[in-house]
Amino acid sequence: MRSSKNAEINNKKTSKAYSNMAKKVLLEKAHVEGIRYYDVYRREGGYRSVEKALKMEPAAIVEEVKKSGLRGRGGAGFPTGMKWSFLAKPEGVPRYLVCNADESEPGTFKDRYLMEFLPHLLIEGLVVSSYALGSNRTYIYIRGEYAWIVEILEQAIAEAKQNGFLGKNILGTGFDCEIYVQRGAGAYICGEETALIESLEGKRGNPRIKPPFPAIKGLWDCPTVVNNVETLAAIVPIMNMGGEEYAKIGVGRSTGTKLLSACGNINKPGVYEIDMTISVEEFIFSDEYCGGIPNGKKLKACIPGGSSVPILPANLLLKTAKGETRYMSYESLSDGGFATGSMMGSGGFIVLDEDQCIVRHTMSLARFYRHESCGQCSPCREGTGWMEKILNKIESGKGSMSDIDLLWDIQRKIEGNTICPLGDAAAWPVAAAIRHFRDEFEWHVNNPELSQKQNYGLANYANELSIVS
Amino acid sequence: MVKFSENKLQEVQTIINRYPEGKQKSALIPLLHMAQEEFGGWLSPESMDYVASILGIEPIEAYEVATFYSMYNLQPVGKHLFEVCHTGPCMLNGSDKIINYIKTKLNIGVGDTTEDGMFTLKTVECLGACGYAPLMQLGKHYREHLTEEKVDAIIEECRNKQ
Repeated sequence: MRSSKNAEINNKKTSKAYSNMAKKVLLEKAHVEGIRYYDVYRREGGYRSVEKALKMEPAAIVEEVKKSGLRGRGGAGFPTGMKWSFLAKPEGVPRYLVCNADESEPGTFKDRYLMEFLPHLLIEGLVVSSYALGSNRTYIYIRGEYAWIVEILEQAIAEAKQNGFLGKNILGTGFDCEIYVQRGAGAYICGEETALIESLEGKRGNPRIKPPFPAIKGLWDCPTVVNNVETLAAIVPIMNMGGEEYAKIGVGRSTGTKLLSACGNINKPGVYEIDMTISVEEFIFSDEYCGGIPNGKKLKACIPGGSSVPILPANLLLKTAKGETRYMSYESLSDGGFATGSMMGSGGFIVLDEDQCIVRHTMSLARFYRHESCGQCSPCREGTGWMEKILNKIESGKGSMSDIDLLWDIQRKIEGNTICPLGDAAAWPVAAAIRHFRDEFEWHVNNPELSQKQNYGLANYANELSIVS
Repeated sequence: MVKFSENKLQEVQTIINRYPEGKQKSALIPLLHMAQEEFGGWLSPESMDYVASILGIEPIEAYEVATFYSMYNLQPVGKHLFEVCHTGPCMLNGSDKIINYIKTKLNIGVGDTTEDGMFTLKTVECLGACGYAPLMQLGKHYREHLTEEKVDAIIEECRNKQ
């Protein structure tokens, strides 16, 4: 019984039972030849949302975004319309819109895809959003490593300008807007909005203490909205179809579509647009999406929303603790809280097969956070390095049982004790790894020599997986 | 004495014009990139002082920024810089093997430069291309889905560029 269920799950990669019902509103035109260029993009219906929006009152656009239920696609999932409505509008003070293109959460590469293949979709979303927020000078802050994308975006900006959708007096409405691309220089922390603002001001990317929030005091102390690339691109379909129509896609408070970047041990890594009604199982095993696990291996674990969110073993990934099917929605992925659930996060979907070592993988992530900690807050600065060292010790067969408890203790003391969420982001993966895979850590401690020669494998997680029904 | 060419100085002005008056410090990160590209692939104290002088800021403000961001090289590097990603998702797809292969092939350790000054090997944290792992950054572009054969070809390609 157990093994047959296992086989069933693993065989589903070839099943045709799944159908891609997902409505595509962002990537629909991604494969049209030449869509990167203005002429093709416009011919395919591009920039209609600007024509529509610029005839509306800015406040009415904010209302549409509120109605759409759109939630920030960078990771936090905060309602975009609400964020926009917080923007202060003092007389005579400029307001700024900043696009967060500093994509650097391990497992996440969706914004790169959008910008590389559909640069005009982002520019279009930015023009509408700049008008809605009253920003005449809008910046795209892009991670420095995406150097070639800077050229793609600048080309798109120049084309939009030539065709009257950017620059002075757009479409004769009197609205002026310039968009500039600013390159970062290698720092994960600059994806945090206040660190991004600091960086854009030409400083180190040290996050600011909030409040004041950027909506009141942001870039150069002016009211500022910072939104993710995908969030701003989603403004285009919202304007075209109306907020209410957009909200009909998806389920519950997970409205619209979400881009997922799938990677790790899967047959078809890549960027997928889903409408948040499909199950996690379908996403992993259907040919429409990840296409299952290579070489007939079994699913061991998965980080569903970028490296910061809790890792889940296969059994808790496919079904919730209550035994219900887990779906790719904000609510379903977080069902059970951190005890038995995870988060949608940034949509960076990392799959681990049976051959992967949880301790080694967690160590790699801990090293990432140690490297990326800005060093401002001591719990994060010291704690991330400490965690990496202990994980290294356990992974190399030199750990003791008390090290596992110490690791748990350190992550507890980082979480919630730092200015920005990087501390939490560093603590959660370690906590979840110990919570769900403690026996694998203990196996390393108890089998120091063996652990240097082979991996722990699935152990009882294989059984766990088959119990689920 | 380091100095940007006339063309580059015009580009500097274009960059400064992106920001409101008096906010030219925002041009610091783009200008440090430019200095690194123009002056030998790394930022010497002289280059940083020069950038600071263009923007009318204190040299320490340029040092502060240059030491914070990982893309700035504060030491000379080889003509071709291999920056191989080794964070979680890349690790799951064999980045360790690729790094070891490059080490053996070039006979250098991570952070080292070959004796002929041609190659430097660095490991970097997440490059945001996890679906195309393992990968490295070489100049302005990514080289993805690396295999030993691909690494050989890249090394050959760099040697031929000389």
